[in-house]
Amino acid sequence: MPFKIISSQCTSCSACEPECPNVAIREKGGTFVIDPKKCTECLGHFDEPQCVAVCPVDNTCVIDTSLPRYQAPA
Amino acid sequence: MDVSVQHEASGNVADVGEIMQAIADHKGCGTTGGSGKASCGSSAGQGDLPTEIWEKVKNHPCYSEEAHHHYARMHVAVAPACNIQCNYCNRKYDCANESRPGVVSEKLTPEQAAKKVLAVASTIPQMTVLGIAGPGDPLANPEKTFKTFELIYNTAPDIKLCLSTNGLMLPDHVDTIAKYNVDHVTITINMVDPEIGAQIYPWIFYKHKRYTGVEAAKILTDRQLQGLEMLTERGILCKINSVMIPGINDKHLVEVNKAVKSRGAFLHNIMPLISAPEHGTVFGLNGQRGPSAQELKALQDSCEGEMNMMRHCRQCRADAVGLLGEDRSAEFTTEKIMAMEVKYDSDTRKAYQAKVEEERVAKVAAKQEELAELAGASSDIKVLVAVATKGSGLINEHFGHAKEFQVYELSTAGAKFVGHRRVDLYCQGGYGEEDSLETIIRAINDCHAVFVAKIGGCPKGDLIKAGIEPVDQYAHEFIEKSAIGWFRAYLDKVNSGEIEHVERGDAAIRQGALISAA
Repeated sequence: MPFKIISSQCTSCSACEPECPNVAIREKGGTFVIDPKKCTECLGHFDEPQCVAVCPVDNTCVIDTSLPRYQAPA
Repeated sequence: MDVSVQHEASGNVADVGEIMQAIADHKGCGTTGGSGKASCGSSAGQGDLPTEIWEKVKNHPCYSEEAHHHYARMHVAVAPACNIQCNYCNRKYDCANESRPGVVSEKLTPEQAAKKVLAVASTIPQMTVLGIAGPGDPLANPEKTFKTFELIYNTAPDIKLCLSTNGLMLPDHVDTIAKYNVDHVTITINMVDPEIGAQIYPWIFYKHKRYTGVEAAKILTDRQLQGLEMLTERGILCKINSVMIPGINDKHLVEVNKAVKSRGAFLHNIMPLISAPEHGTVFGLNGQRGPSAQELKALQDSCEGEMNMMRHCRQCRADAVGLLGEDRSAEFTTEKIMAMEVKYDSDTRKAYQAKVEEERVAKVAAKQEELAELAGASSDIKVLVAVATKGSGLINEHFGHAKEFQVYELSTAGAKFVGHRRVDLYCQGGYGEEDSLETIIRAINDCHAVFVAKIGGCPKGDLIKAGIEPVDQYAHEFIEKSAIGWFRAYLDKVNSGEIEHVERGDAAIRQGALISAA
């Protein structure tokens, strides 16, 4: 499941951007966003998701369960 | 382990204190007459510093207390990312009225930063130093940091470059730092014992992994000390910043002082913890207090061996502009800078700097004259006095206009700068204008006198009631010369029995935001 950044908590410090092995993170409207199509949760790259590990605000980079593909089919 | 370290450390406090007293007595700490040699800290002129180091620091406000009256620095906030978490830092809080490290109002690209530096240097000829201090860690943003240095190095090579880092990535970047002629680096080292470090740093991010606890602190301290050694080997000047956190690292900082001194750091800056609850830091929220003025001074005094102690740090913002203690960053917002037409004029800057040198020579001469008068006097009495000054080493500020007071320790050895106290109105609950006089008295409560250019009758009476003598007879004269003159008269009065010398109490270090009255 890909990660998302809770924008109200993002300090816009940019620490996550260069750490992402998939170049999935970019600045948008003052905070940073993760492209869910590119995010692999760092599987195959690192032991832990890099954005989560480097983010200064806990629980700001979280698994995005709201995406349609994680919802039970109607 | 913890306990034994603490015991050992407190033993050292006493030892170092005794040794220092002996050294101070022997050398005449502060200033010795005739030779013009000042032996204490970065407070006075060249002092015991080797000439090659003095040449590097004499125009650097953050390294020389004396220089900060004359020269200005600016920080550019190009480095927002950080790779460690500190319990005294909360990056989310940004307030234009707040002055403390880690806080900025806007982030800049390296290109914007370079333009800002040229704009400021052209407007403020005393601007000699550009620092990158965050708001995160410069070396957690190496591309942005070094791109900024490169741009400035190429357009304004006379501006000194410096950076302030937590040290985690320092060993990887020492060669690049040397390449851009960055000759001043500040490393924040709060501990050399990982057990203590674990109480200050909840985690670090290193080599794609988050480390916590003692393991994190161990990596951090190893990297910091390695980086320090690599820099001093290359002749790059290193200052160490330490945050004094009572009950956590206060006693331990004597150990830190020894560790950094033995690795070639030339200046140690022990700063009081800033931990107001509204800053939202871990220490602010869990009620961790900062040190009192007396506790801070005692620690600084006990660390003052062959190593210089810095006592004039104003703990400024990562985008501060101007002389220490003032902040002109609002004049240089990105919008204003981009609209400015900048012409870099190095002649005006050279002319200003020549004038400063003349002022300095005059000040030193005045002090020597007064010291000669004091020669022969012998007394164990030491007193602190507060001084209201706008700079240039003069008593030239009105009591009511002072945003801070400088504190000098007077003894028969002379006048020694030992610190400063912020007293202006702070954005902190419970302190309104009506009790600002009380706040000032609390801030300089350890002083016997306060030197001012002018003072009203009302505060004069309250100060006398509090046991602090308001002194306005030396208005617009040199600080050290006046203070020594006053002290000579004080000793005479004590000796003749006219007054009795009594010790003063402790003073409070103000927390929170500095509101610039400008």
